[in-house]
Amino acid sequence: MDILSLFVVVPILTMVGILFTKGLKGTRTVAAVGMGVQLVMAFNLLYQYFAERAKDTVSEMLFRVDYLWFESFNIHYSVGVDGIAVAMILLTSIVVFAGIFSSWKTEDLPREFFIALLLLASGVFGFFISIDLFTMFLFYELAVIPMYLLIGLWGSGNKEYSAMKLTLMLMGGSALLILGLLGLYFNSAPDGGALTFNILEIAKVSIPHDVQMFFFPFLFVGFGVLGALFPFHTWSPDGHASAPTAVSMLHAGVLMKLGGYGCFRVAMYLLPDAAQEMGWLFLILTTVSIVYGAFGAIAQKDLKYINAYSSVSHCGMVIFALLMMNKTAMDGAILQMISHGLMTALFFALIGMIYGRTHTRNIYEMGGLMRIMPFISVAYVIAGLASLGLPGLSGFVAEMTIFVGSFQHQDVFHRVCTILACSAIVVTAVYILRVVGILLFGPVRNKEFETLPDAKWYEKVSMVTLIIAIVAIGVAPLWLSDMIRESLTPIVDKLTAAAIN
Amino acid sequence: MNLHSFLLMRHELVLIAIMLIVLIAELATKDNRKSIIAPLALVLFGIHTVIGFLPMESGTLFGGMFNATPINNIMKNILNIGVLIILFQTQKTFDSELNRGKVSEYFIVLFSTLIGMFYMISAGDFLMFYIGLEIATIPLAALAAFNRHENKSAEAGIKLLLSSTLSSGILLYGLSMLYAANGSLFFTDLMHGTYTITSLHTLTLIFFFAGMAFKISLVPFHLWAADVYEGAPVNVTSYLSVISKGSAVFIFTVVLYTVFKNYAETWQPMMYIIAIFTMLVGNLFALRQNNLKRFLAFSSIAQAGFLLLGIIAGSAVGMATVIYYVLVYVFSNLAAFGVVSMIESHTGKTTISDLNGFYRTNPKLSLALMLALFSLAGIPPVAGFFGKFFLFTAVASVNTTPYHILLLIALLNTIISLYYYLMPVKAMFINKNESPIAYFKSDVFAKIGLSISLTGMVVVGFVSSIYEEILKFCFGL
Repeated sequence: MDILSLFVVVPILTMVGILFTKGLKGTRTVAAVGMGVQLVMAFNLLYQYFAERAKDTVSEMLFRVDYLWFESFNIHYSVGVDGIAVAMILLTSIVVFAGIFSSWKTEDLPREFFIALLLLASGVFGFFISIDLFTMFLFYELAVIPMYLLIGLWGSGNKEYSAMKLTLMLMGGSALLILGLLGLYFNSAPDGGALTFNILEIAKVSIPHDVQMFFFPFLFVGFGVLGALFPFHTWSPDGHASAPTAVSMLHAGVLMKLGGYGCFRVAMYLLPDAAQEMGWLFLILTTVSIVYGAFGAIAQKDLKYINAYSSVSHCGMVIFALLMMNKTAMDGAILQMISHGLMTALFFALIGMIYGRTHTRNIYEMGGLMRIMPFISVAYVIAGLASLGLPGLSGFVAEMTIFVGSFQHQDVFHRVCTILACSAIVVTAVYILRVVGILLFGPVRNKEFETLPDAKWYEKVSMVTLIIAIVAIGVAPLWLSDMIRESLTPIVDKLTAAAIN
Repeated sequence: MNLHSFLLMRHELVLIAIMLIVLIAELATKDNRKSIIAPLALVLFGIHTVIGFLPMESGTLFGGMFNATPINNIMKNILNIGVLIILFQTQKTFDSELNRGKVSEYFIVLFSTLIGMFYMISAGDFLMFYIGLEIATIPLAALAAFNRHENKSAEAGIKLLLSSTLSSGILLYGLSMLYAANGSLFFTDLMHGTYTITSLHTLTLIFFFAGMAFKISLVPFHLWAADVYEGAPVNVTSYLSVISKGSAVFIFTVVLYTVFKNYAETWQPMMYIIAIFTMLVGNLFALRQNNLKRFLAFSSIAQAGFLLLGIIAGSAVGMATVIYYVLVYVFSNLAAFGVVSMIESHTGKTTISDLNGFYRTNPKLSLALMLALFSLAGIPPVAGFFGKFFLFTAVASVNTTPYHILLLIALLNTIISLYYYLMPVKAMFINKNESPIAYFKSDVFAKIGLSISLTGMVVVGFVSSIYEEILKFCFGL
């Protein structure tokens, strides 16, 4: 078994293992062990990647494995990773690991819960290691569909509505994707020869201009739906608010990144001319996402809704930076994916813990939590500071890189967009500090909360894992940003070449 | 006739032998031993299914009226598998007092329709085609009315009889015009004849198309389907919606790809419109159904619309995806029907709202039904995903704007269909219920049938050689 396929196989084996367990205790232990192994494997992959990259500086993707699957369609099971994929795999392992510990007390149907969660995880891992568009899409759908049951069955509030809305909108996105992917496939050999789903092969050919213009919107919007691109983001606040804690973490932390990842790996990389020509339209939409998400977050009282809207804003920043189409900005985009994945997972974990104790998510019904549960509150402050971009935490690294990259564009249009997006950071500070002020400081509004306990050990595991990652990236970002930068070269080269034409 | 020609018709001949054995068994057994007949028929049919997979030569019989080609053989094998699963699911029906007296009739009638379908698929001539079609259709009405003590079942039988007679009449009228226009009913003559296409030829095509559209229940010829499906006994419904529909789709594809090859520019636009309406109407009506059988009936109408996407592509890939999708559909739909029939036979419950909280009491059956519905909706990792994706690939292979629009409409339809396929899933897993259907132990035969369907649903998707094997023998326009 090769090093990459193991990332799909281990979650599946863990699922099988869970089938043989009884009750919550056995289930969560197996899940935690499985995902612990996965986490170790992710760090091992990182180590191996650096070792391999030092030897081989030419190949775009490393650890390539390729099996022919459906011969007549030329569909392969083809895997390989570059620095970006490695970074995403690392992010996913961390978030999934923390997610398992956040759902330590899932009393209702625990086996089913963890199996669905792991199915989602294996879909995500499979997506990031795929080079073949068909298997990539297969894993994409595999990651989306368990969400329906996860939200519908273990969620809270208006969960049935949210689950259905989320599933249908994301599947709507994937319907657009099918059209785009088939468009790519049937134009992957304009000079004759075998049609292919392989990303690296398609990247070598130049697809005719009008074809690019036709299929680019389908691919970009298809992935954009999952990346919460305005106006297709409406599934996100409802979905996050209704989802159980670990699902919110995984969803905002990892699943939404599939959208951003697909946008540049498939849509922009393979259709660069169209990306250059139509980028402005989507740039406007993402600018709206950023600003609208930030203002949306101000208006909310529900903790999860605040964080969901802030996710719309931050994920908007990812696509925004991608569309700047230069190395620095795109580097920032990937860093923002990772940084946002970590801090939003931390946020949702903390909100889950607070809600589990106070049974309310309305910030005005709580107050003075810093005295009652200091551990959780301090973690909340850290997450908040990371979110508003304090130096020393991951958010600063990402946003700084994005805006430095964005300012490299000299023209008025890009400048205006950048300034608008930049201004959203101020708004972010407003809503973060407002929540921190009301929720954590000030008087305790509800006397019953005085006796609530602080974090348990498993909650601490979840928090500490994520905080370590956030701080590590904030303090020492260069290894990560260099790894990403290097892997961006072929993509940015293609986009630059398209711009000159 | 020598041994060689017997071997070419082995599907049909073995089936006739089975019918005779069942009949003799009925005569030879005493009244209290009648319960042996159903398992006997099952075992014999199992042998027949295995025989179908043995390697065989291809050739023609009766001066070209009967073709035995590898692709026909694959089609028949697919139908055999489906019927075998249905026979597993049927076993328990004969425990009931009302059905005990007519066991052998059931199997003889069922097998005779299957023989009709086999002759229809193998036809090399419209006369043979029509005879096969009639043998396949008329006994079906008897099957639909099998629970004759129920008004609904009797009504279903009559409705099926009347509507299929009407459609046969239309079809026959078309065939007579075909003969008038060409002077021959042989497929090969019609295919290779040199003639200019007149309006008579076009009219022939339209009548043939309408007749077949009845059988496949394409919109606007679908009106009989929902009532018949709901009224007929559940195993007959699954037979109608899977085997009968599948066989009609097979022969429809073959005839359009051979006889009406030169008319492609006429039938493709027709099919384009009909495909869109079939998907849309089937899906929109399925949205509001609460009765599980009606729900599956409308879903199967929509599925037929998706099948047309493969036919319309007009290529070998198109034909292969159609056959492949029917295979997927056989497993998925029969798994869904299998669970529905278990629930109905044990509890008498037939609606989606009865399923509320079903997972808490019967987790395995719920998971089976969920997987079946996911497969019908086209969600990985089950075979439906591969089937749908390949159908879409077949449409996209034409690579012109109208076909991209068709593809987009089809894709939007999958979203609508996903909504209603999730409805039973929601009922089973999410909805709360104070008094859900109690746990029941299903009989071993039904369990085997369900296991075959579920295994098929997984294997057909992941094992790529199945698709490649089908494609090897397919042909385009």
